[in-house]
Amino acid sequence: MGSLRIIFRLAWRNLWRNHRRTLIMLAAIVIGVWAMIFMTALMRGMVDDMVRDGVSVLPGHVQIHHPDFRDDPTISNLIEPPDGELLEVLNRPEVVAWATRVRVPAVISSERDTRGVTLVGIEPDRERGISFVADDLAEGRFLESRDDRGLIVGRKLVEKLETGLGKRVVIMSQDPENEIADRGFRIVGIFDSKLAQYEEGYVFGGEGAIQDLLGVGDAISEVAILGTDYRDVEGLHQMVADAAGPDVEVLPWNELDTYLGSMLAVMDGFVVVWIVVVFLALSFGLINTLVMAVFERVREIGLMLALGMTPRNILSQILVESILLLVIGLAIGNLAAWAAIEPLKDGIDVSIVGEGMEYFGAASVLYPALYLKDVVLANVIVIVLGFFASLSPAWRASRYDPVRAITKV
Amino acid sequence: MKSVHCIDLCKTYRQGEVEVTGLDHVNLEIEEGGFVCLSAPSGGGKTTLLNAIGGLDTPDSGEIWLAGNRVDNLSKGDLAKMRLHQIGFVFQAYNLIPVLTARENVEFVMEVQGVPAADRRTRALEILDEVGLAGLEDRRPAQMSGGQQQRVAVARAIASRPALVLADEPTANLDSQSADQLMELFVELNRNHGTTFVIATHDQRVMGYARRVIRMLDGQIVGDEQKEAA
Repeated sequence: MGSLRIIFRLAWRNLWRNHRRTLIMLAAIVIGVWAMIFMTALMRGMVDDMVRDGVSVLPGHVQIHHPDFRDDPTISNLIEPPDGELLEVLNRPEVVAWATRVRVPAVISSERDTRGVTLVGIEPDRERGISFVADDLAEGRFLESRDDRGLIVGRKLVEKLETGLGKRVVIMSQDPENEIADRGFRIVGIFDSKLAQYEEGYVFGGEGAIQDLLGVGDAISEVAILGTDYRDVEGLHQMVADAAGPDVEVLPWNELDTYLGSMLAVMDGFVVVWIVVVFLALSFGLINTLVMAVFERVREIGLMLALGMTPRNILSQILVESILLLVIGLAIGNLAAWAAIEPLKDGIDVSIVGEGMEYFGAASVLYPALYLKDVVLANVIVIVLGFFASLSPAWRASRYDPVRAITKV
Repeated sequence: MKSVHCIDLCKTYRQGEVEVTGLDHVNLEIEEGGFVCLSAPSGGGKTTLLNAIGGLDTPDSGEIWLAGNRVDNLSKGDLAKMRLHQIGFVFQAYNLIPVLTARENVEFVMEVQGVPAADRRTRALEILDEVGLAGLEDRRPAQMSGGQQQRVAVARAIASRPALVLADEPTANLDSQSADQLMELFVELNRNHGTTFVIATHDQRVMGYARRVIRMLDGQIVGDEQKEAA
């Protein structure tokens, strides 16, 4: 205990012995830590935005399908609407919202043009809590009931079809007997999406009206379920899967959209690589600082060894000196990163590169996302790798021969 | 009882490409409470002998016994413990830790030993008073003269009440007045505390304070003179 106190006191005072060198090293650590956390928050924000947008487009956090629906998303692979135990589970507090849908490939025709689309029959009230359609409505009105005979169409599709709000279009698909099922609908709403592909590819109608068109009774294609956090869906997935039974397929969003799912895993790996790379740049400065500090104190170290300090005491002293430097740098770096991120929480306008962002699924406003786990990761990596980087100069100091060290000129 | 007993010590070391004989079959006994000077010209072997006795260097052959215990065959860790608990050191220069105050330097050995803070503080202040540095306890080495720094080093050497103090050219960097004051302090501490002092020097005035002067040349003891203290 006595040794520990003197080791800390010596380490602390030696740290400030050469103010300028310590401050320069401290500045490097602060900037490095700031860069680690700030850039990670930006990247996290971008990926979060992509995932959130992706999840809000249609998947929800968990979906129930016919087991063959993903391979053949047609009228052949429908399921019954939820009832019994499944309905009870869907009404639990863990489920923020849920909705049933009918989803089939279809053709939409205006008087000018024809396009292939995904026709989605929705329950308007339930859908409001899950997907983007109601929120992104730019013109007209949203569907009023599941039997509403209006259509919600994306702006880009409207432009391609050279049609408009209030105009009639024809929807054509197949019924269960593989016969053509078609009907005229009026466009009652136009939506804008952050992602152009959805504006062109999706058309929304009342679930009842679409079921009528297709002649499938009350059968549905999927149940989309929203939990509290897209990063933590395993519990929700398990609960729904247990209640839904073996005849249907229940999948979390990251398996439904593997691109988005892998994005998160890649991001986690990228954050570690980024932090380690920044640290490696820092470590050269850190090691140099310690080597210089040890080199300047050879005689002192020899004296302490001669007086009875053990090599382990000397090793500890140099390591404590390094850890103190890192801890101070981390504290200020964390604070600086938080101070930089906090004012930007309302978003950074990156519309100047908006098209590029959109290309890989991100929006043109970036919201930095500061996660505790990323801050902890950066701090742990800096401390742990800093400790190992400091071992070499500390070990060298502890191996000095006291007689040679004291007489070193 | 013998404080120091060296039996047939030999030590050679390399200086560049030349092999130098540091100790050549040295046999030596020093009684407890002794006040001994090791005198030799530069390169005569006095510092090598002092380092061997203090466990800072190991002999190539021979035995070293301190207070009845053999120490030449101890591990590095045990030698460090022995130095910490049994020996006080005063070196020629760079004796103090620059980032510690005079009091903290005096407390250093006791702190590493694990002496409680209140005890070591009291002891340090007493010793600083005894060596004539009362009032300077909060000064750092850079704020003190060479003589004052050596006194702090002496205070540190005796603060933990070691049985043996080894001093290597302690007056080499001091003016004559400071050197005399330091030697008088050594004599007083030897008389009052019964601490054994072994001082390596080639300064005739320092030898004048010793009760025994051992002369060395080329690593061998060539003279051993008992005398009355000045």
